[in-house]
Amino acid sequence: MAQVGIAPSDVPVIPRGVRLHFDKVRDLWVLLAPERTINLDPVGLAILREIDGTATLDAITEVLAAKYDAPAPQITADVRDFLAGLMERRILEVRT
Amino acid sequence: MTVPAPIAMLAELTHRCPLSCPYCSNPIELAQKDRELPTETWADVFRQAADLGVLQLHLSGGEPAARRDLADLVRAAREAGLYTNLITSAIGLTERRLKELDEAGLDHVQLSLQGTDAAMADRIGGYKGGFARKMQAAGWIVDVGFPLTLNAVVHRQNLHQLPRAIEMAVEMKARRIEVAIVQFHGWALKNRAAMMPTREQAEEASRIVAQARADLKGKLVIDYVPADYHSDYPKRCMGGWGTTGLNVTPDGSVLPCHAAETITGLSFDNVRDRPLVDIWYKGAAFNAYRGEDWMQEPCRSCDRRKLDFGGCRCQAMAIANDPNATDPVCIKSPLHDRMRALADGFSHDDDAELTYRAGP
Repeated sequence: MAQVGIAPSDVPVIPRGVRLHFDKVRDLWVLLAPERTINLDPVGLAILREIDGTATLDAITEVLAAKYDAPAPQITADVRDFLAGLMERRILEVRT
Repeated sequence: MTVPAPIAMLAELTHRCPLSCPYCSNPIELAQKDRELPTETWADVFRQAADLGVLQLHLSGGEPAARRDLADLVRAAREAGLYTNLITSAIGLTERRLKELDEAGLDHVQLSLQGTDAAMADRIGGYKGGFARKMQAAGWIVDVGFPLTLNAVVHRQNLHQLPRAIEMAVEMKARRIEVAIVQFHGWALKNRAAMMPTREQAEEASRIVAQARADLKGKLVIDYVPADYHSDYPKRCMGGWGTTGLNVTPDGSVLPCHAAETITGLSFDNVRDRPLVDIWYKGAAFNAYRGEDWMQEPCRSCDRRKLDFGGCRCQAMAIANDPNATDPVCIKSPLHDRMRALADGFSHDDDAELTYRAGP
């Protein structure tokens, strides 16, 4: 079985056809993708906002750990799980 | 019940189509070109839909590329804030038109597949040379850079091609494939004897999909619509009637689902006469099967009613001749045995010929 994973030096990329959108009717941020709409909680939104196509997973977790004053290992695990979940659904890609 | 805002809208821009697939989900009574909504009316409907809460817009048909104003419609939808998905056979899409659609902001393309080779695809689509044109256009779609979903509609005559269809999706770098076993509404209802898969085929398809999902995890997403005549429990009716999506026909009628016009006694509002927000929240057709008050036994006291909402109303209409009945697919329906016999009979009718969709 194929494995979906993301390494610390990988650069997450939001691919074409996937975009952040503020849903003004429901008052929440969503990720729009082919045939999928993902409601984002504040954590998911914070992670996605750090993805700029150049920052590595390491850099992103560092920024988030500082911003939220949280232990880096915990943040790393959260970010990794969240992004791997999106990759599995072909909503996120990585550049290695 | 509190009525949620809709997430998705299917805009059937036209019923015109170069193909004549025998399973077309369009109604038997097709809308003529001169009854189609003009560009400005569609643009207004898109803005109303976005204000209502729609996020995903599916531009469909017929063949949406038959509309010369397709790029203008995509632009209007993007300006309204909608995610735009083009559901197409790709016949009529040239490289130049795809670039126009790209500039207009089209988000995603869903390409239909009638078969995995010219002999099958052209016979099922009823259009000689269609497969070659489709594959050429598919190359352009990928070159422009659109994310691609392949939509393979499968049935007794082409189910043996399912593994190849999945391979093709990978080769074409599609992110997704939808494997849909024909659902018998619209023109497909005329073709049950020619297209109904056998029970063995239906089970084999489920195995192939499960294996491919495991093998291609993270590479290709597979959405699957199983063969409902052979199931023990019905499909979720539109994720709940009037809760998730709506469908606008070429001439502006607003339907809770594709086939809703087959339900006798329902009347449908038109975007030319009434604001979309009123149609969604107050329209008679949308309120007809919301909630559970309309349900009969065995649905009324069944725990599964919150999972499948009693199943498909159009199927209840077609088989039980009563749109309030339990979907006859359900193992608890008094008509389940009859449904099973129907399915077995149709699926072994080796002499049945295809009835092709007519033109509008």
